[in-house]
Amino acid sequence: MRLALEKALARSVGSVSRLAGRGGGTTIPGKLLWKLDPAAIDRLAARLPKGSVLVSATNGKTTTAAMAAAILRPEYRLAHNSSGANLVSGVASTLLRADGAELGLFEVDEGALPEVALRVKPRALLLSNLFRDQLDRYGELELVAARWRAAVESLPHAQLVVNGDDPQVGDLGRGRALVFGVDDPSHARTSLQHAADSKYCLRCGTPYEYAAAYVGHLGDYRCPNCGHARPPLDVRATDIELRGLEGSAFTLRTPNGDARVELTLPGLYNVYNALAAGALSTALDIAPSSVATALRGFAAAFGRFERIAIGDRGLLMLLIKNPAGANEAVRTLVDAGAPKVAVIALNDDIADGRDVSWIWDVDFEPLLDGLETLVATGSRAAELALRFAYAGMPRERIEVIPSLERALDRGLALTPAGGELTVLPTYTAMLALRRVVASRGHVQNYWEAA
Amino acid sequence: MRIRVGHLYPDYLSIYADRGNIAVLARRAAARGHELDVQAIGIGDAVPDVDLFYIGGGQDREQELVAHDLAAKAEPLREAAADGAAFLAVCGGYQLLGRSYRDVAGVELPGIGLLPLETIAGTRRMIGDVLLDCDWAGQTLAGFENHAGRTLLDPGAEPLGRVLSGFGNDGASGYEGCRSGRVYGTYLHGPLLPRNPWFADRLLQEALGLDEPLDVLDDGLEREAHAVSSARARARGGRH
Repeated sequence: MRLALEKALARSVGSVSRLAGRGGGTTIPGKLLWKLDPAAIDRLAARLPKGSVLVSATNGKTTTAAMAAAILRPEYRLAHNSSGANLVSGVASTLLRADGAELGLFEVDEGALPEVALRVKPRALLLSNLFRDQLDRYGELELVAARWRAAVESLPHAQLVVNGDDPQVGDLGRGRALVFGVDDPSHARTSLQHAADSKYCLRCGTPYEYAAAYVGHLGDYRCPNCGHARPPLDVRATDIELRGLEGSAFTLRTPNGDARVELTLPGLYNVYNALAAGALSTALDIAPSSVATALRGFAAAFGRFERIAIGDRGLLMLLIKNPAGANEAVRTLVDAGAPKVAVIALNDDIADGRDVSWIWDVDFEPLLDGLETLVATGSRAAELALRFAYAGMPRERIEVIPSLERALDRGLALTPAGGELTVLPTYTAMLALRRVVASRGHVQNYWEAA
Repeated sequence: MRIRVGHLYPDYLSIYADRGNIAVLARRAAARGHELDVQAIGIGDAVPDVDLFYIGGGQDREQELVAHDLAAKAEPLREAAADGAAFLAVCGGYQLLGRSYRDVAGVELPGIGLLPLETIAGTRRMIGDVLLDCDWAGQTLAGFENHAGRTLLDPGAEPLGRVLSGFGNDGASGYEGCRSGRVYGTYLHGPLLPRNPWFADRLLQEALGLDEPLDVLDDGLEREAHAVSSARARARGGRH
């Protein structure tokens, strides 16, 4: 009976998803399985001959997991939830269609990690960062960290790979983890950003001192009072080169040797994503040179950093979803020369966060120097417009157009022929904008891509 | 005129976009020819002579880190309030302006007793959009709440508003926030002031010690944001 259910659901995976059409259907069979027979997820995971690997983080998990997939694919047949369906149901759906796969590679929502870890019993666990994100949904940072700690302790035999630059995450792996981090102070910020989260010593509450702060609170920290500090790094990114929007490069240094990694993705945050994928690969005994080869042609996961040609104009789409991630998007844009026109889309569905206050914690101000027109859009367009108005942008240069499609057309109309329009959407706005662009034949829907 | 603002613990209590509230006060003051002079008041700092105090919200850990320092400042802060300084306290800061805050483990953090209330942490968070009717001002306030604390006002204490949609102080009383003279406390963030400009202007007026309201500004965007936020509260506020 149980087996029959799994088989029936497995057969239905493709057709249900296609019927659902809007792309949200990819997790329906998994949701059913999760409801009807949750232990089936354990059994399906146990069938993978090489086991499973989990990837979790607040920021970059989809990109990091996609990079890891590119690296691991030459070695293993993978079961990978590449569409970003990263709750228990998404993992279950991927397992249902994992016929013939050897290794499971699952991106996991940070809130769902304990449950997924309990069921899947991964051989390796990559934990990359914890930022404040959607407090209305996840709760406070310490709460998520405490749940991660319990998950890690329940898996004493799993290989841990942690980001040592994040005080909370680095501390999870003390003594048993492969620790990675950035080691290039020439790319450090002079001070912590406003949105930095884990600023106070885990042990004693004293503010950390940073020898180098890279992204948000990620960096080389040390408590001046009790000495709690970044753990020694096993896998490092050194000699980083940032090339505006055109890409980035770094040297991946591992116990198994070094390799120069060239990326078409911009920004220090993508160096972190590649470094994390490289560290996970190191834990799975893959040579640094193979990592570099696999990442050379890597393109971003949909909507994260996407350039789409629309007639004689281009569209540059950068997902924003929380202060730390949005700050990096802004920093990358400004480093490449701030745009004159931007469409910024703020929705407040559950997947975006219903609490939109986070936009006030984003450092949008560096955009104001070059920005001539802001098209504010999405269901909370007016709120976003206020963010820029109170940052000092003249109100007559802010256009509020809640309809995403009309806002996109307005942005394109303001973009000269041959130019590129910058679009910064929240998650559901990104999906909706991609549907608009897809309906006009410019990109494939994401569930048809890969 | 110069309006002196003392921002209490901006490094610790600044989680729900508290700097948005300060930005609104600064720009609305400037639009009337006044200058907002904001100084941070940190752990161990003396309480300066200012016209308006602001204290925001933090996660539990940050709140714990500042509570004892704030308690040590209780006397000068109470004197400032008695001398007419205005206060705006949001979320965690609101709780600390009461007499005490007891967390789920039963551990009690001291408050400064500027508002007649106490707070006890519950196990279920009250999260969502909120809309308040402030009949004392003939206005409404729209915001977002996210708190586990149940705040209980003393008998006779004045709330900030009646809950039209949302949870409010404790999810049961039907009221939200507290006001006593020029001291205002609330769970509403979002942040509070951008979409409720009348309240920002009232705080500025009180900080300036003016009897007359400030000049009217063009608040078209603010009204639109308020309308959307109010509609959200009506549609989905106060539900777990």
